[in-house]
Amino acid sequence: MSIGTIQPTTVLAGKGQPERGRTLRQRLWAARWCYLFMLPNLVLAAMFTFYPTVMSWYFAFLDWSGFTSDREWVGLENFRELLSDRFFWDAYQRSFMFMLIAVPIQVVLALVVALILNDSSYKLGPFFRTIFFLPVVTSAAIIGIVMTFVFSPFNGPVNKMLLNTDMVDRPVDFLGDPDTALWTVAGVWIWKWFGISMIYWLAALQVVPQDLYEAARLDGANRWSLHKDITLPMVYPFAAVIVLITIVGSLNVFGLVQTMTGGGPFFASEVMEVYIYRNAFGDSGIPRLGYASAAALFFGITVLGISLLQGWGLKKANDARTQMKQT
Amino acid sequence: MAFPSISQSPTSYHPGDTKRWWQSLTRGTRLRAIITTAILLPIGFGWIYPFLWMVSAGFKSTDEIFRGLSLIPADPQPQNFSRAWTDARIGEYFLNTVIVTLGSILIVLVTVSMMGYVLGRYQFPGKKLIIVLFAVTVFLPEGYTIIPVFELVNRLGLANSLAGVTLAQAGGAHVVMVLLFAGYFAQLPKELEEAAVVDGAGFLRVFWEIMLPLAKPIVATTIILQFMHSWNAFLQPLVLTLSRPDLRTLAVGIYAFQGEFFTDWSGMAAAATISLAPIVIVFLFLQRYFVEGIAGAVKS
Repeated sequence: MSIGTIQPTTVLAGKGQPERGRTLRQRLWAARWCYLFMLPNLVLAAMFTFYPTVMSWYFAFLDWSGFTSDREWVGLENFRELLSDRFFWDAYQRSFMFMLIAVPIQVVLALVVALILNDSSYKLGPFFRTIFFLPVVTSAAIIGIVMTFVFSPFNGPVNKMLLNTDMVDRPVDFLGDPDTALWTVAGVWIWKWFGISMIYWLAALQVVPQDLYEAARLDGANRWSLHKDITLPMVYPFAAVIVLITIVGSLNVFGLVQTMTGGGPFFASEVMEVYIYRNAFGDSGIPRLGYASAAALFFGITVLGISLLQGWGLKKANDARTQMKQT
Repeated sequence: MAFPSISQSPTSYHPGDTKRWWQSLTRGTRLRAIITTAILLPIGFGWIYPFLWMVSAGFKSTDEIFRGLSLIPADPQPQNFSRAWTDARIGEYFLNTVIVTLGSILIVLVTVSMMGYVLGRYQFPGKKLIIVLFAVTVFLPEGYTIIPVFELVNRLGLANSLAGVTLAQAGGAHVVMVLLFAGYFAQLPKELEEAAVVDGAGFLRVFWEIMLPLAKPIVATTIILQFMHSWNAFLQPLVLTLSRPDLRTLAVGIYAFQGEFFTDWSGMAAAATISLAPIVIVFLFLQRYFVEGIAGAVKS
C-alpha cells in the first residue's frame, strides 16, 4: 500500500561486505555508483528547488530591477514598504479568503462524490470518475481563456441560459463586476481541481475493508450510519493530507486568475501570485524583483505557519482521541 | 454467505453478461443505481459542458456562436482551425510545446529513475539526509520561486531560448516520481541483480538492462505526469519568453492573443481546442496512469 516508504535493503553497492569494520571512506567509495546515479536529479533539485528557495530570501532584501548590475542592498526596507502597501494587504487577504471558501467546498463535495463512486456495485462509477477528473488534466491558462467566453456578458452561454430560463433579466458580468469576479474564478477553480480531491478520497477509501460494511449491513445499519461510523473514522487520517494538498493548490491559482481577470476589475481579484507577478514582470513601470520577492517571502512564511499549525492541531486531536480510547 | 443477495460481490459478475448481473442485484441496489445515475448524468453533462461548448464553437462561425446555444454547428467551419493554426501562429506554438514537453520528459525520466533506483535498493552514507531534504520541498508552491528561476536561467545564458524553458520545466526535485520509482524498485527481489552481478554485469548495466525495463508502469506514470506538467505550464514559459514571442508555448501564445483576437470567438475556440486535444486524448486512453500517479502522492 505505502508506495512511499523506502525499504532498507541489504544489497550494498558492489560487494556484500558487512557494514561494520569499514571506514567511512570505504563505505563512500563502495557507494560511488549510488552518488553518481543521484547526481543528475540532485543537480536539477539544487538548481530549481533549493537555490530558488534560498535566493528568494536574499532577493527580498534588495532593490533590484532585474539587471544584475543595479542590485542594491536595502535591508528591511522592502518589508517596511509592504506593511503600508494597501494593494499587498488586499491581495494577501484575498488569497486567504479564496482558500477559506474554495478548499472546504472542494474537499467536502469531493468526499461526497467519492463515496457514491466508491460503491463497486455501481458499474457507471468509472465513467463518472473519468468525467469529473477530465478538467484536472487540462491547462489552467487555456481553461481560463475559454471561461472568459463561457461567462461573457456578451452572448456567453451561461448568460444565455440564465436569460432563456428567466433567472436574470439582464446579463450578469461575472468577471467584470468587482463583487463577483473573484468568486467566479473560485468556482472555476473548484471545478478544475475537484477531480484531484476526488481521486485522493477514492485512494483513501481503499483502506476501508469491504467486509466491515457487510458485517454492519447485516446488523441493519443504514448507509448514512455506515459512513458515519465506519468510513469517516477510517479515512480521517487522510483528511489532513488531502486538506493540506488542497490548501497548497489553492495558492497556486496564477494561470486561472491571470487569464480570466488579470487581477481586475480594479484589482478586485488580485490574489498574491498575481500581485507578485505584476510587481516583478508586469508591464506597468519598472520591474521590482526585490520588492516582489519580499512579498512572496512574507506570504510563503505565513503559509508555512498555517501548515505547521494545522499539523500541530491534528496531532493534538489525534493524541486526544487515542487517550479517550484508552480510558 | 447466508444472504447472497446482500453480499453480492463484484467478482460474480461476468463481463458481457449485463442482463444477468442486473437481475442478480437486489431491488434496493437497482433502484439506487437508477437514482444515482439520474442525478449524476445531468451534473456530468454540465461538468464537461465547457469543453463541449469550446469544440462546438470552434466549428461555428462567430455569428452562429452569438446566435444560439445548440452544440451542433449548423454550418461547420473547419477553416477556423486552419486560420488559428497559421494566422494566430498556433502551429508554431504547438511545435514549441512539443519540443519543450518531449525534452523535459526525457530529462526527468532519466534523472528520476536513477535517483529512485538508488534510494529504493541501496544503503549508503547520507541517505537519510537526502530523504529529509526531499520531504521538505514537497510544500513549495511554484509562484514563490519564479523570480530566482528567472534569474538563474538568465545567468545560465538560456534566457529566451527553448532550452531554458525545457530545463526549467524539467527542473525540481520531483519528489513524488522519485518515491514512486524507489517504492517500485524496493519491492523487486534482490536475486535479480545478484544473478546479473554473477554474470559480470556492472552497476549501470544492471540498472539499464534489468531494472528499468521492469519498472514500465512507473515509467509510464512519470511520462504522463511530466507530459501534463509541461504541456499545461503557464507561469514559467510566460516569464521565460517575455521578449521572444516566437518561442511561446500554446498556453502562453493563446493568452497573448486573447487581447488581440478577442472578437474572433470561433478562432480562439479552435485554438483552445487544438491545445487541449492532445492531453485530453492521451488522458482518455491512459487514464489509469494519470490516476495512479496522482493517487501516489497521497499514499506516500
